[in-house]
Formats: sequence, structure tokens, C-alpha cells
Amino acid sequence: MLRRRVIPCLDVANGRVVKGTRFVDLRDEGDPPELAERYAREGADEIVFLDITAAPEGRGTLLEIVERTARRAFIPLTVGGGVRSVDDMRDVLRAGADKVSLNTRAVEDPGLVRRCAARFGSQAVVVAIDARRAPASDGIPSGFEVVVKGGRQAVGLDAVAWATRAVELGAGELLVTSIDRDGTKSGFDTELLRAICGLVPVPVIASGGAAGPEDFVAAIRDGGADAVLAAGIFHRREWTIAAIKAAMAEAGLPVRPAVGVTVLP
Amino acid sequence: MTGPEPLAGRRLPVTVVDYGAGNLVSIEQALVTAGADVRRAATADEIADPALLVVPGVGASAPAMDRLRAGGFVPAILGWIAADRPFLGICLGLQLLFQASDEDGAVTLGVLRGHTARLEGAPTLPHIGWNQVERRFDHPAFAGIAPGADFYFVHSYAGARVDDEVILAETEHGARFTAAVARGNLLGVQFHPERSGTDGLRLIANVVRLAAGAA
Repeated sequence: MLRRRVIPCLDVANGRVVKGTRFVDLRDEGDPPELAERYAREGADEIVFLDITAAPEGRGTLLEIVERTARRAFIPLTVGGGVRSVDDMRDVLRAGADKVSLNTRAVEDPGLVRRCAARFGSQAVVVAIDARRAPASDGIPSGFEVVVKGGRQAVGLDAVAWATRAVELGAGELLVTSIDRDGTKSGFDTELLRAICGLVPVPVIASGGAAGPEDFVAAIRDGGADAVLAAGIFHRREWTIAAIKAAMAEAGLPVRPAVGVTVLP
Repeated sequence: MTGPEPLAGRRLPVTVVDYGAGNLVSIEQALVTAGADVRRAATADEIADPALLVVPGVGASAPAMDRLRAGGFVPAILGWIAADRPFLGICLGLQLLFQASDEDGAVTLGVLRGHTARLEGAPTLPHIGWNQVERRFDHPAFAGIAPGADFYFVHSYAGARVDDEVILAETEHGARFTAAVARGNLLGVQFHPERSGTDGLRLIANVVRLAAGAA
């Protein structure tokens, strides 16, 4: 049976893992390859690496750090941040990423999703959607709007409509972050998740707001997510991946046992 | 761990076919960790004379076949497999061994009877994540790996109408599909051992040691 995934996220700025609240007030949390290896050993199902300085400041993804990270984590690696073209995506894949996450650039140029999926397959294309609550209107009928540039800018786009459009364009997975909840430890926005998961056939990764194991269970059971992503609670060692998975298993969710990678001699 | 004897200090020459289909870093790193001396071949001339030939890859069949042809790889791979030399196909590298792909109508290598078909009845598609691999017979590539162990998948298509006797393992996602095939020294896996943690590394180490024994 397909397992529900627990995914630590490495938000990377200037080559270091950072964590802030609602994308601001960043604090240093460590070296990306080291943290990736630690999480792989502790039973993480996948690593997401987001170069969060790339989009606002127009820099390319840090390919060298991606490669060092990929070589130390024998689990899948998704990389986002600064991918603006099919060639950018090729470079990130060649550096060792298994999947590439598109966010701001996909909103500005939806055809990029189609071109990347045509070249590398839908399974390698993740569309990341940062969403926040907004008064329901003709333009935002779901009451969730898309924000870009690291959560700083609304674009007048309905988050649920964008999710279905992204999948039509070729996204093989969605990474849905509640900007309202991100870093607040108030739990995932299960209404946002449910609105999207009910409409798309692809796996959805829940993000933004994790405080403890019950939030992971709720994102899957109530929100319908296939995978759950968190950063700060793992970096600060408030919860281990094993403890999260134990709670998920207790709730009857299928998880991969939290056995780490032992590198063979 | 149980399984083949460790390589006694010798690094086994392994060639990975580089036809532009995705991430080679992780398969190379896993092979090196398993004791291989890895080279990439961008054309058939660069395959040299390894003890094991690996075809990785993700994506669609038609562009992959175009790139294999452009690199002159098709006769080289067909000859290698016809001679029953050690071969590992991963994900698309397995799918290309079948006769054709229903995804884009591509005619593929035809080494194994069967087609690459969309997963039927899948609750989510693509099938992304860790899932249990159920073996149908013992195979030394899986030595030391528990029955039903989890491996990492990322795909929407898999082998269908495959000859029963070559199906080594199956996995369920809506319906059962072919997760691994084996015939002589050929092994093909739909999952990504290079991304499947300890058990994935163990499988790759087993394959390398089997190739050392066959060399």
C-alpha cells in the first residue's frame, strides 16, 4: 500500500538552511547536506529543498549545494526556487534532484509547466502553490488566493482554480502551503487542502502550520493530503520523524517504518 | 547482511547510460557506495567493457528512444542483453525493454514481451512515494531485504501483459502492476533503488556483487 509521506523541508537562503515566520525573520538552522543526511537517517520519506532567496532576488538555484545534498541523501530530493526555464530544470535535475518545484514563475508563465512536463514527464514537475484566505469574490470564488514572491504578493488568482489548471498543464504533484499558517504552529489549513485534494488526481503535499503529530494526521485524514511537509519542528528537534510516524500509524495511516539510511561499507 | 560475498577490494567497472533522461547523480552515488567504479556513456562508443550496464531514466518513451538512437545505444544494448551480460534497468530503463509504450505509441527495445501502460484504477496518479514490493520468487538481488519492503516509486506507467515467468515482483496501487522483472543476468525495476534508503542500497550492492560473480 502506498505510504503517506513525512517530508522535512530545507528552506535555503545564501547556502544555509533558515526558518522564519511567514517567510520573514529568518534564522540559521544549519548546512543543507548535513540536515538532509540526518533526516534520511531518521526516516524521512523525501527531502524538499527550497532556495527561498532565488525568486525575490533573481538568483539561480545553488546547483553545487543541490548536488552535495543529493549525494548524501539516498531518498528523493525535490528542489525549488529560481527555476525559470526548461534549461534551468534540466540543470537542477542533472545536479541530482528527482523533482523540481515551480512556484512564482509558473504563475507568471503557465506554459512553463507544460514545457517542463513535456520534456521531463509530469512525475518530475511539482507546482508549489502559496495560498492565503481572502474574502470570497467573483475573482476568488474559493476564498483562497494565490500569493507569490515568497508570500509577499497577491496576484488576483484563485488558489483552487490554479491548482486544477496546473494539473491540466502537466503538474504531477502539488505542494500547497498556507501562508496564513506558515510558521504559526496553528495546524495545517485542512479546508484549503480539502478544497484542492477533492479536485485533482495528483498527490498533494500539505505545508504550513505544523506543530505536532496530530496536525500531520489531520492534514491527511481531514485534508486528504498524500504527504505532509514541515521544517521548524524538525530543525529545532521539537519532534522526531519517528514520533510523527508512530502517531500516524496509531491513527491507522500507512507509513514506512522510520528506519534510516545506513550507508553500506 | 546476507547475500553475495563482498568485493575483495576491487572496484567493479560499471557503465551508466547517459541519454539525458534525468538524475544520474543519485544512481552514480549509490553504485559508488556499493563498490563500483562508475563511468557515464554519452554514446555507445563510451560504454567500454564494464561488468554491469545500467540504464536509468524517467520521462516518456518516445524522446528517450530518440536519444538512445542518436547515441547509437540501441544495437549496443540489444547485443549486451542478447549475450546475457549483467544489466540493470531502472524505471524508464525497465519500461524501454518492453515492445511498445501506450503513452506515446513509441516502439521500444522489445527485449521483453509486454507494453508500457498507464496504471489502471490508481487512486492517485502519478504514483509517487514509498510502496511495498512483493516478490513472487527468490532472487539474489533481493538478498537480505525483507518480503514486502518499501521502495520509492515515481511514475504513471508500468509494464503490462508481461510474460508471467519474468515478473519478479509486483506492487499494488489501485491494481497490481509489475514492479520488477528478472531473466538471466537482466534485472529491471520500476522503483528507484538509488532513492530507496537502506534497502535500495542493499539491492544495488547485491546487483554489483552478482555482476562481479558473472564477470
